[in-house]
Amino acid sequence: MTNSLSNAALDQGSVERQLRARRDGGRRLLMPYVTGGITPDWTAYLRAFAAAGADAIEVGLPFSDPTLDGATIQEATDAALARGATTRQILADLAELPDLGIPLVASTYYNLVLHDGPEAFCAALRRAGVAGLIVPDLPLHEADELTGVAAAAGIELALLASPTTPEPRLAEIGRRSRGFVYAVSIMGTTGERADLAASATELTRRIKLGTDRPVLLGFGISTPEQAREAGRHADGVVVGAAVMRRVLDGAGPDDLRAFLATLRRALDQE
Amino acid sequence: MQTRDVLAWRASVAGSGVMGEPAARGRFGEYGGRYVPESLAEACREVDEAFRGAWADPGFRGALTRLLAVHVGRPTPLTPAWRLSGELGVQLYLKREDLTHTGSHKINNALGQALLATRMGRRRLIAETGAGMHGVATATAAALLGLEATVFMGERDMERQSLNVFRMRLLGAEVVPVTSGSRTLKDATSEAMRHWVGTTDDSHYCVGSVVGPDPYPWMVREFQRVIGEEARVQCAAELVTGVPDHVVACVGGGSNAAGTFAGFVDTPARFVGVEAAGGAGASGGRLGVLHGFRSLFLQDDEGQIIEADSIAAGLDYPGVGPEHAHLRDLGRARYVTVTDDEVLGATARLARTEGILPALESAHALAWVIRAAGSGELPAGSTVLLTLSGRGDKDVSTLKELL
Repeated sequence: MTNSLSNAALDQGSVERQLRARRDGGRRLLMPYVTGGITPDWTAYLRAFAAAGADAIEVGLPFSDPTLDGATIQEATDAALARGATTRQILADLAELPDLGIPLVASTYYNLVLHDGPEAFCAALRRAGVAGLIVPDLPLHEADELTGVAAAAGIELALLASPTTPEPRLAEIGRRSRGFVYAVSIMGTTGERADLAASATELTRRIKLGTDRPVLLGFGISTPEQAREAGRHADGVVVGAAVMRRVLDGAGPDDLRAFLATLRRALDQE
Repeated sequence: MQTRDVLAWRASVAGSGVMGEPAARGRFGEYGGRYVPESLAEACREVDEAFRGAWADPGFRGALTRLLAVHVGRPTPLTPAWRLSGELGVQLYLKREDLTHTGSHKINNALGQALLATRMGRRRLIAETGAGMHGVATATAAALLGLEATVFMGERDMERQSLNVFRMRLLGAEVVPVTSGSRTLKDATSEAMRHWVGTTDDSHYCVGSVVGPDPYPWMVREFQRVIGEEARVQCAAELVTGVPDHVVACVGGGSNAAGTFAGFVDTPARFVGVEAAGGAGASGGRLGVLHGFRSLFLQDDEGQIIEADSIAAGLDYPGVGPEHAHLRDLGRARYVTVTDDEVLGATARLARTEGILPALESAHALAWVIRAAGSGELPAGSTVLLTLSGRGDKDVSTLKELL
């Protein structure tokens, strides 16, 4: 682990390089989430996200048992699966998408990674133009079996940190995470919340003591005010449930573009 | 060195053989582990640390043994099933977990974990339940020890097992209907985990079977080991051979089977785990990760978990405990399935030959014994120990409709 500072640049993949460059340029990062396959022409949302000023996009690969997701993402997952969404088709859709100029980050549960084996899974992501990966049920102590495989395939596996993560472990997450560190703002599941949890500020501060990788704060960030507040501490925000609730309510790509533009402005004002 | 300290748990402890302590990182062979969201990693570590301390503490062991004696009614008897044995041509012995307080083996584990929760300073138990037996056991243990209890139960199971829902509420537990997915045990487990993420500071998740993240599969098996240890002594006294030729138990997640097998692992007894044809994780599952552990799960071609479907709500789980997957790989146990029809037949047959109404879950084990005795797979004169994991009172309304 002694190389983490001196060789930092060598460790960086395309996700981290792009996020760092933007952050170091003074920009607060915005990573909206969409459940893959939620509608027949779902990739139109990705174009809208990019047009609204997203710095990366998280694409959820729906899994039957999303144990870390709250009601909104569960509903989106069920809807996507009900209309026949599969990992294969979602990645095929992404492969057809022109380069949006920002990194795509897949997120899913570990069962889907294991299904065809981590090597095949990571290779399929890469072929689809995905550069990052989030696996919420693969914590630091189990991540070894995927980190090497992912790195070899050119996939940056971002690890999650939580408010209860103790200190030495948090530093290790900072060291081993690739692309960025995903800071889970609150002890709970994904979903919109009225206020940004106090635990978010403290967690972000603690992560940054141990790493200078970009830190994206997620879980419960749903309004411009919360994004602005989060941007004071973290390098950026992940917005999932607030996006998907609108999609489930019938909002189209233009509506989402308008919504994300309000978050973009809030982050830029800070 | 720092990396080791941060990551290793149980790294210094060598795996102590089959059905001993799991190997480093909570492994049973390639199965097990602790595949939880980061937000539950610390909670799992705390449970592991607390259980290790408690299980090595004669004070804790003594307190649990006494509760099991004075509150649960242990030891439970070993009942020779004379008339059915005569019909089948084998010597069948029943380990009577149906005679425990609350009517199933689930209380052994629930009481153990409730006592652990008080030791950890938790004020509330969270549980998932399928048939409702683990929910009732958890509600009972909570009442006994002055804890609160919140039980997550699939809406479909609440309809099938409405009496158990009423029992839990009567015992002071909150029963939360789970409306997602198949509305059965799998979804109740997911919802209980989600709830635990937000309540780790004051709540203990009382997992009901040998499933979930490390240390649960190991801890629950240890709390159920009492079944096998009692049966071992009782068989030694009762059977001419001392040890039965076969040890048979039903398997959903697999806790009564694991507890029973553990008592006979150093004997030549052959282990048979009997799954529901519609919920056969060990027999028909493939490698996967769900609910915090790596094991065998029923999945479709895309890697989505398939909903289990059995007449017995307690076996409606698409996976199997990691240690069972390992025992299967080792060839130490084998796993077979029986159909709902065979189960109904076995239930009625035990009632009429022995005057014992088994839970539909437990009747799975019996259904296999009946089939295997008929086919000669169990040779005439074989001795068979069968763990009758629960009583059938909860299933009477289901049986009334189907028989």
